[in-house]
Amino acid sequence: MEYFVQQLINGLTLGSIYGLIAIGYTMVFGIIGMVNFAHGDVFMISAFIALILLILLTQFLGVTSIGLALLIVLVAGMFLTALWSWVIERIAYRPLAGSFRLAPLISAIGMAIFLLNFVQVTQGPRNKASPSILNNVMTIPMGNGSVTISERQALIFIVTAILLLAFWAIVQKTKLGRAQRACEQDRRMAALLGINVDRTISLTFVIGGALASVAGLMFMSYYGVVSFSDGFTPGVKAFTAAVLGGIGSLPGAVIGGLLIGLIETMWSAYFSIDYKDVAAFSILAIVLIFMPSGLLGRPDVEKV
Amino acid sequence: MDTTDGGTPVSDGALPSPRFPIEDALRSAGLWALVTLGLCFPIVAFETLQDFSNRLTIEARPLLVLFAVAAVFAGRLGWLAVRYHGLPQLLPATRFELTPERKKQLPRIGLAALLIFPFFALLLTGQGGAVKWIDNFGVQILIYVMLAWGLNIVVGLAGLLDLGYVAFYAVGAYAYALIATYVIPATVPGLGPWAFWICLPIAGILAAFWGILLGFPVLRLRGDYLAIVTLAFGEIIRLVLINWVEVTNGNAGIRTPYITFFGLPFSSRTGETTFGDVFALPGSPAVHRSMFLYYTILALALLVAVATQRLRRLPIGRAWEAMREDEIACRSLGINTVNTKLTAFAIGAMFGGLAGAFFGARQGFVNPRSFEFMESATILAIVVLGGMGSLVGVAIAAVAVIGGIELLRELSFLKQIFGPEFDPGQYRMLIFGLAMVLMMIWRPRGLVGARQPTIALDGNAKAISASHVKEGHG
Amino acid sequence: MRWVRDPLLVVEGLTMRFGGLTAVRDLSFSVGRGDITALIGPNGAGKTTVFNCITGFYKPTSGLMALSTGGPVRLDEVAALASTGHRYKCVDDQIGADGVFLLERMPDFEIARRARVARTFQNIRLFSGMTVLENLIVAQHTPLMRASGWTIKGLFGAPQYRQAEAAAMKRARYWLEHIELTHRADDAAGSLPYGDQRRLEIARAMCTDPVLLCLDEPAAGLNPRESLELNTLLRTIRDHHATSILLIEHDMSVVMEISDHVVVLEYGLRISDGTPESVRNDPKVIAAYLGVDDDEVAQVEAEVGL
Ligand SMILES: Nc1ncnc2c1ncn2[C@@H]1O[C@H](COP(=O)(O)OP(=O)(O)O)[C@@H](O)[C@H]1O
Ligand SMILES: [Mg+2]
Repeated sequence: MEYFVQQLINGLTLGSIYGLIAIGYTMVFGIIGMVNFAHGDVFMISAFIALILLILLTQFLGVTSIGLALLIVLVAGMFLTALWSWVIERIAYRPLAGSFRLAPLISAIGMAIFLLNFVQVTQGPRNKASPSILNNVMTIPMGNGSVTISERQALIFIVTAILLLAFWAIVQKTKLGRAQRACEQDRRMAALLGINVDRTISLTFVIGGALASVAGLMFMSYYGVVSFSDGFTPGVKAFTAAVLGGIGSLPGAVIGGLLIGLIETMWSAYFSIDYKDVAAFSILAIVLIFMPSGLLGRPDVEKV
Repeated sequence: MDTTDGGTPVSDGALPSPRFPIEDALRSAGLWALVTLGLCFPIVAFETLQDFSNRLTIEARPLLVLFAVAAVFAGRLGWLAVRYHGLPQLLPATRFELTPERKKQLPRIGLAALLIFPFFALLLTGQGGAVKWIDNFGVQILIYVMLAWGLNIVVGLAGLLDLGYVAFYAVGAYAYALIATYVIPATVPGLGPWAFWICLPIAGILAAFWGILLGFPVLRLRGDYLAIVTLAFGEIIRLVLINWVEVTNGNAGIRTPYITFFGLPFSSRTGETTFGDVFALPGSPAVHRSMFLYYTILALALLVAVATQRLRRLPIGRAWEAMREDEIACRSLGINTVNTKLTAFAIGAMFGGLAGAFFGARQGFVNPRSFEFMESATILAIVVLGGMGSLVGVAIAAVAVIGGIELLRELSFLKQIFGPEFDPGQYRMLIFGLAMVLMMIWRPRGLVGARQPTIALDGNAKAISASHVKEGHG
Repeated sequence: MRWVRDPLLVVEGLTMRFGGLTAVRDLSFSVGRGDITALIGPNGAGKTTVFNCITGFYKPTSGLMALSTGGPVRLDEVAALASTGHRYKCVDDQIGADGVFLLERMPDFEIARRARVARTFQNIRLFSGMTVLENLIVAQHTPLMRASGWTIKGLFGAPQYRQAEAAAMKRARYWLEHIELTHRADDAAGSLPYGDQRRLEIARAMCTDPVLLCLDEPAAGLNPRESLELNTLLRTIRDHHATSILLIEHDMSVVMEISDHVVVLEYGLRISDGTPESVRNDPKVIAAYLGVDDDEVAQVEAEVGL
């Protein structure tokens, strides 16, 4: 029982990270109908940005309060990663808008390869162990054992929840959110009605990048190690989450993320850690095949 | 960033501007430089390093950032100036266009060049250098030509997006590795020398079988969803190869018997008669072997080309293309699109499997590292860059992409500029990724976008312009 | 009244729901062998949905659609077949053989090749990157596929396949002449003008050698001259081929001129069914088409006795 609850907590932590990345996939897919292949690597870059900023702040600028350091890293990381995401859209996707469908896909894959190797070249191929922070754990007695929640996990939950609420408010209540939904429905009509479609798409990438950077910071502090190749697998899993929740649906992305996190943790805990990625990929295939519109997505009817 | 682009080019007679709008250009370049600065901080500005106590620390690289920012600034300014003034004196004025008769001859000329290439390489670079050119370039490129032609059936003709094609390559390679290394020696060891030729058809059939098996569940999926599921399948197969250690030996891989000339080894440590002995050939065994590999893969690739050309003129091939154009219309004409898709998957997979078996025999070693997603992405990029459906275009793209990647290995002269610690190999994939983006922006429809009709009322029909050809939804 | 004496297709109680919307409600009608049957009604009446049900692109919520290629549809025979759970009963197992077909049970491509129902689409669906000729050859996929020995014999250039391909070319030529596109046979279908594309789509459907040809608004967007050419084409099909036509059309002059039988739909319901003459004088049809006020509808309904 304690073991199960412990795995539940670990799974939800991991799931929060996936959920944050998944939102970037789901929004971009909703608005321009393409899988932003480079998003996983944007996440990876953001983890590196967070790592470097954290070291810079704590070792060189003498910020002693870890809370303050993390806050600065969070905010600065969001800006810097959003800038990456924005530039990627301008360079790799915008020139291809409205062209041949495969071209943006290849361009996105090219961008992903570029980002991966860019980080490898600038930061070296080795794993980077991050300074360990927030190691204190809370122990909650349960049954004849106990369950532990680390400060890191607690922080991940809280930040994810706050950000999601803030983000939800943006999409539901603001002009930007309305413009986004209009572009999702019918881009040409939205343009005719005076919505700046290009800017809306840019902002979508910016938001996606900012949320991915939060995921990157959490990933870095949770695992305590990052590597240039860390973008691909979490990226595919987050995409799985987006699909599982119903692509285009924001709450779906979060629920999907949590589910994928849970499944992965439980699978490792009870079956085989070797095959945990196989499990994630199999779920992706199974969901897409049997439930292509996901949990919360709209079914797509073939019009003749 | 384009909001402050530097004016209109002179050739655009509408608004002739008296001089180059230098302020606008500077502002634009400045903006680009600023963005570059933002991107460089902190990922370029600081390098993460381990210090003596194994603690991670960082080291500033201000010069590198300065260099990057300056390069972007100058590059942008230069680009704007070039765009404004045009470059008639540097670029050839006449566009490179082939007459229809020349185009007809292109495949024949290409084939002749391919046939004499190894001897040409031998002539130019001698015994020592030739192996590199024949094997690293010739054989390597031809493997990708074959893979891309195989994938072309699925993506280019049938219009089904497949991001997991490397799975079938892996199936072929492991089929060869397992059968040639374990099965044949354990059952009929006498057949050992023939292992490659026995395994080749088996690998093809197994891969086709896997193509159908993986094709079945994804029949209903379209577009990017199909791409993602095929990617997932490719990864699943690779992960199983890594983790199923009892059979595949995991990451350590399997050492396979080297290819022989129908039983005659090319080199022997135990003093057997070799290929060179029997035919009393000059030159080293390595050259013999690479030549043999070269002509074998050339024959296999040509098999794919001939099969594709024939299939295109058969009902199945026309149904593939029709399905790419409009699947619903196909069904309204009584075409069973399920079978049509599965055949495309199976035949594409079969060619991938054949290439895989060859790869296993050439390397003498297989492990899961050779079958990562990057391979699928590269093959797909070749198909798209070639212009989907065009054999010649795809072959040219394979030469450009794989040849380019291999050539980037040769950039050691850069060491003289950047110092001995500079490793040009590292930049290979970086440049490759960027080139993929630029190529798509430059030619989203690929090098040869036009489609050759499969039948004509009178003699030979002219090619169909790319603007009418669809790309498929699946 | 061939649709009563010798029905080719009988539709009984066809209902199609999309979520809460009932696009077609308990629709029954017959298509006579050799007739041109027109299905008319205002936009959104459910005409295209009926086509999609007949051709298997939608699975109807309920209802029966029986097509008989040997002789008239006999309801006892259909009932017997329906109770067996089979999809169709043919004189032999060859694709294209005569028989009775329960269309609601068959997938779309089987309806096209076994029951031999061909169709065109409201939004033209040509293979636009293939030539005009290729479009017509692809339509003959089923016989060609058989002749190519499911590709294997064809791969080695079997004479049997070459003969079949020559025959396919002959048929394609025939239709090219009829739609007057021989001179553009080797051009991309997508490069043709709109009216030519419409006729090509019909010719392509005819290349499948259908017993029933369903045309969804073939005259939409045509200019008067093209409209006239279309009428000629439809008459040729009726007079020289064993193909019955089911037609959705808005242009009343076309409908009245060429059709033998008219079925009128409104909001998914059949409101009239009969000869062009009787339909033209049906007050409900007039009301539906002219758009009368509510009280007038009541008045009209009172006249009709509802
Ligand atoms: N695939 C579908 N999903 C939902 N509603 C549909 C679908 N196809 C048709 N409809 C609805 O059914 C009704 C009838 O449409 P349709 O058959 O196209 O009319 P018509 O062809 O007579 O103009 C319309 O209200 C249309 O919106
Ligand atoms: Mg309609």
